[in-house]
Amino acid sequence: MAKILILFAHPALEKSRIHAGLLKNIKGTQGVTLHDLYEVYPDLNVDADREQALLLQHDIILFQHPFYWYSAPAIIKQWQDLVLEHGWAYGHTGKALSGKRMGNVISTGGSQQSYTVGGHHGYTIHDFLLPFRQTARLCNMEYLPPFVIHGTHRLKRQDLPFCCMQYRETLEALRDDKYTPAMLQEAVYLNDLIAQTSDSN
Amino acid sequence: MNEHSFFFTAMIYLAAAVVCVPVAKKLGLGSVLGYLLAGIFIGPNVMGFIGAEGQDILHFAEFGVVMMLFLIGIELEPSLLWKLRAPIVGLGGMQVLISTAVISVIAWWMGQPWNAALALGMTFSLSSTAIVLQILKEKGWMPSAAGQSAFSVLLFQDIAVIPMLAIFPLLAPVGAATSTGGHTFRDGLSGWMQTLMVFGAVITIILAGRYLVRPLLRLVAQVRVRELFTTFALLLVVGISVLMTLVGLSPALGAFLGGVVLANSEYRHELESDIEPFKGLLLGLFFIAVGASIDFHLILSQPLVMLGLVLALMMVKCLILMGLGKVFKLSTDQNLLFGYSLSQVGEFAFVLLSFTRQTGILPDATASMMTAVVALSMAFTPLVILLYEKLLQPRFTITENSTREADAIDEKNPVILAGFGKTGNVIGRFLLANGVPTTILDLDSDRIDMLHNLGIRAYYGDASRQDLLHAAGAAEAKIIIIATDTIDQTTEIVKVVRQHFPNLQMLVKAATIPDTFDLMELGVLHIYRESLDTSLRMGADALHMLGFRAYNARRAASTFRQHDEKALKELSALRDDRKTYLNTFKERIEEMSTLIQTDKVKPWNDEILSWDERSLMEEEGNPEVGEIPDTNSSAEILNVKKENT
Repeated sequence: MAKILILFAHPALEKSRIHAGLLKNIKGTQGVTLHDLYEVYPDLNVDADREQALLLQHDIILFQHPFYWYSAPAIIKQWQDLVLEHGWAYGHTGKALSGKRMGNVISTGGSQQSYTVGGHHGYTIHDFLLPFRQTARLCNMEYLPPFVIHGTHRLKRQDLPFCCMQYRETLEALRDDKYTPAMLQEAVYLNDLIAQTSDSN
Repeated sequence: MNEHSFFFTAMIYLAAAVVCVPVAKKLGLGSVLGYLLAGIFIGPNVMGFIGAEGQDILHFAEFGVVMMLFLIGIELEPSLLWKLRAPIVGLGGMQVLISTAVISVIAWWMGQPWNAALALGMTFSLSSTAIVLQILKEKGWMPSAAGQSAFSVLLFQDIAVIPMLAIFPLLAPVGAATSTGGHTFRDGLSGWMQTLMVFGAVITIILAGRYLVRPLLRLVAQVRVRELFTTFALLLVVGISVLMTLVGLSPALGAFLGGVVLANSEYRHELESDIEPFKGLLLGLFFIAVGASIDFHLILSQPLVMLGLVLALMMVKCLILMGLGKVFKLSTDQNLLFGYSLSQVGEFAFVLLSFTRQTGILPDATASMMTAVVALSMAFTPLVILLYEKLLQPRFTITENSTREADAIDEKNPVILAGFGKTGNVIGRFLLANGVPTTILDLDSDRIDMLHNLGIRAYYGDASRQDLLHAAGAAEAKIIIIATDTIDQTTEIVKVVRQHFPNLQMLVKAATIPDTFDLMELGVLHIYRESLDTSLRMGADALHMLGFRAYNARRAASTFRQHDEKALKELSALRDDRKTYLNTFKERIEEMSTLIQTDKVKPWNDEILSWDERSLMEEEGNPEVGEIPDTNSSAEILNVKKENT
């Protein structure tokens, strides 16, 4: 059973429907640790030693955040800058994270359609996540396909339980290692692996 | 005066006190002198409202002294009392012995027979607990070295009264009536039995205080009738007094002991606040009675002799006290206070003198003359203390300051820290911890010495002196941090720095909003209000505990601080125009209300539209836009976090 660490970042969770719902739904899931970065480090003074110790205790590291400006809220960058030290996370001697998996769990206002070549945003989510992908590679980690909830601005109340259930099932499948490398290789989003019927839009 | 009803007398006393005490306080004379003046005024010599009954009232009002000692005891931890054992026995014992000996010899030399001389010596060696402690408390001098020493001596004197009462009958001439009227249980008992009784009484008080009074207090408190608790508190003190009088001990001493035993009780504060008003009233009455009992006819019949006697007596007592103070290593100004404060003769002298009159140790004329001397010496005490406070003490603090030369400074650092008090202390430690060499200047010589003992280099000196700043390397330094204790010191330094060291960046601490305005007017750019950051941190933590997200709370505090500083700056600009009348309290309240008004205009969370997707949802035409909470409390979300981590 793999252990999952969710590095959660939302500067104004009190204003979010989707992330509040996601968090509520995964509450108590075995093998899942939620680490709420803005709550623990309201002054962005990230404790690198503590974070590194936390990373070592887990096998799968997921950044869960809104997809602000095609990236993550500021504290994720701060976390990366401080925690992924040379000689620890990367470099000749930096092998601490090798063999672990890393991925993003994001919510976007725009639809999946808008994140296509020729769409409103011009590029795919996969393209935009390039810095995360390469970060995982540099740190000797396997990068997972992202878990994406699109169109949050249009999202209706009745759509929420479905997204939440999908998220929980995805985490449980990752924890129990139900996805073969081939499946992961093939999938665009982690959401696709859950059920054939899934349609997040 | 017999036709006067009790209420009329009470009215006279109360009215005299209400008129005289505030006036005396206003004039800086202190309450004790106010009461004494009230007594003199209504006494037989001036207005004649009260006559001979003044003496009776004096005895009654002495109970105020008993209550005062109870209260002192209750504020005194037993451990502190144990720490004071050396000054009580050493200093107090020496004082009583030497004063008795010296005054006796002088009295004998002036022609008194040896027994009368000895009686006078013992009587006059005592000082007035009531007057001295009241004054010391009022001036806040109790915790000082002089205050502690004076208290120790007074405590010993209360103990010394017991053997004195035993010796006095032996001094009486043969054939005279030795009966004093007041019989005690001890009469007719053998010596060892008497000793046993004394110890028994003391142990009774301690044991009863521990095992009987505490449960009783709990019981009485549970009844929840407020006045019953007061009644019980009074019963406690009166009961102790009765017990002590029965065995022939000083009631004040017993009450003190009872207080100490109850010092750790959970009802300590209730007892204190219940007894306090009675003590205040009775002590006031006592001082009035002392004032009223001064026999001006007697004094005026031979004014020079009386005045000479009083002054000589006080001088002798004072010199002996100061000699002892020197031996016990009191600093000069503390020693002066110690000697001055205890130089009068105590209230117990009235009892002892009437005793000597009854037993014929002293002839009536001498005894009444001595009574007048005692009363006068008590009346002079507040004056003497006033003299010390207004003339000697300031001179002393000044000379002591100027005798200490500013330290030579042999280091030049980029940062000068002026003032190493509460604020400067943390700044200094912080800079030191970050490897920034700092030159520390302070005006408190004790603090400097303490820092030296801790191995921290700090320099004694007035940072508002240009030469000292120069010696501290102000010309080459980059920053001066001004964290001095008073705004006057601070503004002085700011002015000097601005004029002579414009190269220095100033970081200035301010205590209050008016101080901040003063500094703004001086053109200081970096002003730090002492309590602002702490208050906002506490506020942010309170928000957090209520369920606000930590980052939200932190930003709210940060936003509020920016807003507050901006509002203060705007207010300061306004203030310049009408500065002339702005020093009134009412104006400050107005300022505060303006600040609070502006607080209401902009809640911080309306400003962060970027994180708020409501406008985007509106654009997309989502009908559920109104369902996004715009309040900050989301305890449900926090619960998720807490249970998962």
